[in-house]
Amino acid sequence: MLWGVVQFPGSCDERDALHACSLLGEARMVWHEECDLAGVDAVVVPGGFSYGDYLRAGAIARFSPAMEAVAEFAAAGGPVLGICNGFQVLCEAGLLPGALLRNEDLRFTCRQLELLAAPFDRLTTPEGGQSIERLAIPAKHGEGRYYAPQEMLDQIEASGQVAYRYAPGQNPNGSLRDIAGVRNEAGNVLGLMPHPEHAVDPLTGSTDGLRVFEAVAAVRA
Amino acid sequence: MARARVLIRPKEGILDPQGKAVERALPALGFDGVEHVRVGRMVELEAEDPERLSELCEKLLANPLIEDYEIESLDGP
Repeated sequence: MLWGVVQFPGSCDERDALHACSLLGEARMVWHEECDLAGVDAVVVPGGFSYGDYLRAGAIARFSPAMEAVAEFAAAGGPVLGICNGFQVLCEAGLLPGALLRNEDLRFTCRQLELLAAPFDRLTTPEGGQSIERLAIPAKHGEGRYYAPQEMLDQIEASGQVAYRYAPGQNPNGSLRDIAGVRNEAGNVLGLMPHPEHAVDPLTGSTDGLRVFEAVAAVRA
Repeated sequence: MARARVLIRPKEGILDPQGKAVERALPALGFDGVEHVRVGRMVELEAEDPERLSELCEKLLANPLIEDYEIESLDGP
């Protein structure tokens, strides 16, 4: 399985994402000017500050040649994972529902926290367990407050698109309904604010991040 | 070229922590009695085709899910 990690000017977590992907298969960087994803089986849009995050986080990156290719790839059912800034980019691109706003307390948050992973249908964990899983994963962002209008929230909850929630009492940014990550209706596009790519080695305290990458790989399978 | 100013602000009902922070700072400076502060963004531009400004706002300058915008012409009447 070949993973492609998109690199924009201003990305900063693409190396860790590449490393995480390489634990599950082959991985290569996809420069933002590339518009050919031939051979790539799954795409990661990594964290950072693409194009300086000018205007709104993710607003400019959305129009890069690589993102046009990612949109086509996603439309064809290809698995796409957006992490932090990548999540913001996917929301701006309309590939995921909702938007990410400035943290409620206006502070940049950087901490280890726990996520509750919803039982997915297509984005299932390899064991296929239906119980809710707790993942220890770090989060670091200034604009991670998940927002969607009430009706949209009700709709994504009803259709099982809420992929990750902050564990009770651990919502770091004021996200509505503690939402940390969502997926699209088809289930092949997933985005979350916390950083699974920073939690793939016991050296850094947790390997739970791999579960997120495995869930994305399972879409392909 | 048509000169225009676009005002972008958080939609009504969306929590605006920047506005709240400004509002909370005002009394300390002696400015009492100020409320409902909302912080937005202003973009000035010159466009060959002002007819396309709304489309441009919808696609890039504002995120219609979370922001409202107003286009104001800067050319005299």
